[in-house]
Amino acid sequence: MSALTDDTLPVTPRAVRDEMIVFAAMAVLLGLVPLTGIYPFFVMQALCFALLACAFNLLIGYGGLLSFGHAMFLGTAGYCTAHALKEWGLSPELGILVGVAASAALSVVTGFISIRRQGIYFSMITLALSQLLYFIYLQAPFTHGEDGIQGIPQGYLFGIFNLAKPTVLYYVVLVGFLAGFLLIYRTINSPFGEVLKAIRENEPRAISLGYKTDQYKLLAFILSGTLAGFAGSLKVFVAQNASLTDVHWTMSGEIVLMTLVGGLGTVFGPVVGAFVIIAMQQYLAGFGQWVTVIQGVIFVACVLTFRRGVIGEIAHYLRRSL
Amino acid sequence: MQALYAQLLVGLINGSFYALLSLGLAVIFGMLNIINFAHGALYMMGAFCAYFLLQLTGIGYWWALLIAPIVVGIFGMILERTMLQWLTGLDHLYGLLLTFGIALIVQGVFQNYFGSSGLPYAIPDYPQIGDWRGLQGGMNLGFMFLPVYRGWVVIFSLVVCIATWYLIEKTRLGANLRAATENPTLVRAFGINVPRMITLTYGLGVGLAALAGVLSAPINQVRPLMGADLIIVVFAVVVIGGMGSIMGSIITGFALGVIEGLTKYFYPEASNTVVFVLMVLVLLIKPAGLTGRAA
Repeated sequence: MSALTDDTLPVTPRAVRDEMIVFAAMAVLLGLVPLTGIYPFFVMQALCFALLACAFNLLIGYGGLLSFGHAMFLGTAGYCTAHALKEWGLSPELGILVGVAASAALSVVTGFISIRRQGIYFSMITLALSQLLYFIYLQAPFTHGEDGIQGIPQGYLFGIFNLAKPTVLYYVVLVGFLAGFLLIYRTINSPFGEVLKAIRENEPRAISLGYKTDQYKLLAFILSGTLAGFAGSLKVFVAQNASLTDVHWTMSGEIVLMTLVGGLGTVFGPVVGAFVIIAMQQYLAGFGQWVTVIQGVIFVACVLTFRRGVIGEIAHYLRRSL
Repeated sequence: MQALYAQLLVGLINGSFYALLSLGLAVIFGMLNIINFAHGALYMMGAFCAYFLLQLTGIGYWWALLIAPIVVGIFGMILERTMLQWLTGLDHLYGLLLTFGIALIVQGVFQNYFGSSGLPYAIPDYPQIGDWRGLQGGMNLGFMFLPVYRGWVVIFSLVVCIATWYLIEKTRLGANLRAATENPTLVRAFGINVPRMITLTYGLGVGLAALAGVLSAPINQVRPLMGADLIIVVFAVVVIGGMGSIMGSIITGFALGVIEGLTKYFYPEASNTVVFVLMVLVLLIKPAGLTGRAA
């Protein structure tokens, strides 16, 4: 059985240099967005999903664990942040903290349960757990069921930054995204990340080398879930609502799709994938239900002919690690 | 007590669908090593096939029970030959992703043409023999009133499940099939066409899903998303059962349906979640599932 990403290049100083150049270019380009005519709401939304997809990719691309339930972290953090802001009147930074803490706690519990099985069983368990949460949120009073939590006050971050101003909010989201991205980047290039890759390639061998692989996988799951939650908390400020769509399993599918389109196991792939998919939803909205069909076609096309994804193909062509 | 028996019956019916679907998944998983995410969409296609047969050609329920699984099964075999085949040797997560994409396409197309609301499909009122009016009406069993159609669904799916079990576990064809899952190269050396067997197996699994769709059409109406949420419950059933044996998935399917029905009677708030909660409990105690071999 071949691994998910079969041509990962070793981490060399050149690879790190390449990646840092691309990262700097990405940061500068994204920083310039408010100066252009691009609709900032679209970019902010894409950034939240990009962070979410990067967190998801940490698990599958480096740990070989396909979580089909990552929407539960997005949704849980979103609901908790929204509730903390609206009902408890907390400040934005504390609201984010509540959301991230909730998703961290959730990832500890769900991770402990789901890493007990491997491969597709792991995927099915994460999917089932996220559907369990979906039904709980559907019935729980604080989520307001089908209505969701609406009209969330954006407030002042640290008492200084007025998040109601689109440009301020944009840079806050951007900083949040870049910080999360760097944390993931640091993780995959650390000894911990190397062990994860070893587990992905050959778990029995990693076990025989003396690694407690379950602990590594659990830690990766918690990290991924927590960062996905952070993306969900940020998204609350952008969308100003938290609703059931964020917890539904179709959202988990979209996260997988974003990562797959950009390139599983590539550093920048999930970012590109998130932008592609969000742009598609934005500009194809007029097609109604056909968007689902188009997404399905992309899924099928990616798996059959385009498994490396956009960034994966480019990296393979350039023989660089991206 | 009437309500309890009624919920038990509903549970048994849902259990029949769980059993038929998880059985099909197990058959496909055994041969193709693929978790067929499109199973829910193919179940829905079975129901729609019965609906079209009735609306366009006037072919009724009884023939639909035979024709729909064959039509959808052929559709499945085409999918296997054109797409799934190319994933042999790759990580089986790709199979999950590919079939997920197929499910999105199929469901999206049906949603475009039929919206999300349900289309009615009447319970057949023939054959009419004496007082017998097909599967309509009901019987008074003394302790409860049994709608004939519902009883029929439970018995019929039980028969189909056992027939499938017999086919795979007790016949020569089944023996070849099980041998091919163990060692395809060797089985091939005996002159058995393994790729064709794989295609037919996928067709069989898909046919079982379509059959469940036809059975469910008169009860649940025909909706494009009827399989979408059901499939996740079936996945939980599969995780609980462990997909280690054919019989295991049948028994787990029925048992979980009944447990769900009982929950609906005693604590309705939890009826949507009880299967998932059970899944968590089983995983904590027995990570490989009830009938599963150690992973």
